[in-house]
Amino acid sequence: MGDAQAWLAIGLITLAATTGDVLLAYSMKRVGDVHELLKRRGLLAVIARVLMTPTFFLGLAAMAVAFYSLLFGLSWGNLSLVVPASASLTFVANAFAARIFLHEHVGRRRWIAALLVAGGVVLMAA
Amino acid sequence: MFSPAGDALLARGMKEIGGISLHNLHGLILAILNPWVAGGIVLLLAFFASYMSALSWADLTYVLPATSLGYVLVALIAHFGFHETISPTRWLGIALITAGVGFVAAGPSVTPARAQRLHHDPVSQEAESWGMPKPGSRLA
Repeated sequence: MGDAQAWLAIGLITLAATTGDVLLAYSMKRVGDVHELLKRRGLLAVIARVLMTPTFFLGLAAMAVAFYSLLFGLSWGNLSLVVPASASLTFVANAFAARIFLHEHVGRRRWIAALLVAGGVVLMAA
Repeated sequence: MFSPAGDALLARGMKEIGGISLHNLHGLILAILNPWVAGGIVLLLAFFASYMSALSWADLTYVLPATSLGYVLVALIAHFGFHETISPTRWLGIALITAGVGFVAAGPSVTPARAQRLHHDPVSQEAESWGMPKPGSRLA
């Protein structure tokens, strides 16, 4: 039972963190290149532009859900299972989500990178 | 192109240190008064700002693997700074992450169609962005 709950938490964390990352990435693409904006309009304009992007707040909310799911997950399952499993699944889930929702070109190079990093995270927590 | 990436990676690595000092302390309200935690929060904010700025010019699938260098940096600091022993499995994990980041960094940082749009004037881009599809609305 404990394991099932831990995996439920891992699923929730992965889903919320991926949603958050995709929404934040989408928002920042709408804001535009921050370095350019900073040079032309100044810091206040950059901040105003970010704060005027509704998906930014949705992304933040999703990140908060991911953080609290992590806290719940840690109370249900082992630290050594929940943290590496959710972190490495998030890398892989993000590659799928970025391809589907952000229309990013996820070539073989990026798939291999996502899998290598996911595997590395698991090993580092072992 | 790679100097802002380097800046972003450093800040990201520091975020891990900030995060750890936060997790070790109980009593969140009192903890804010602790200079280490206050420093950690500042670093976390710096991480978030540089993460967002990296996302403004690079793909998520490019930025995200790069953030994992933070794990490697923490392990190296723990090894050389605090003389912690790192098991062979962990060294293998470090090697895998580094290889993964190297793989993605050697490729393009942004999807070609988007690169053209990003290199436009950001002011005129505002008008263009209205014509963009809205995957976010589907997600919400």
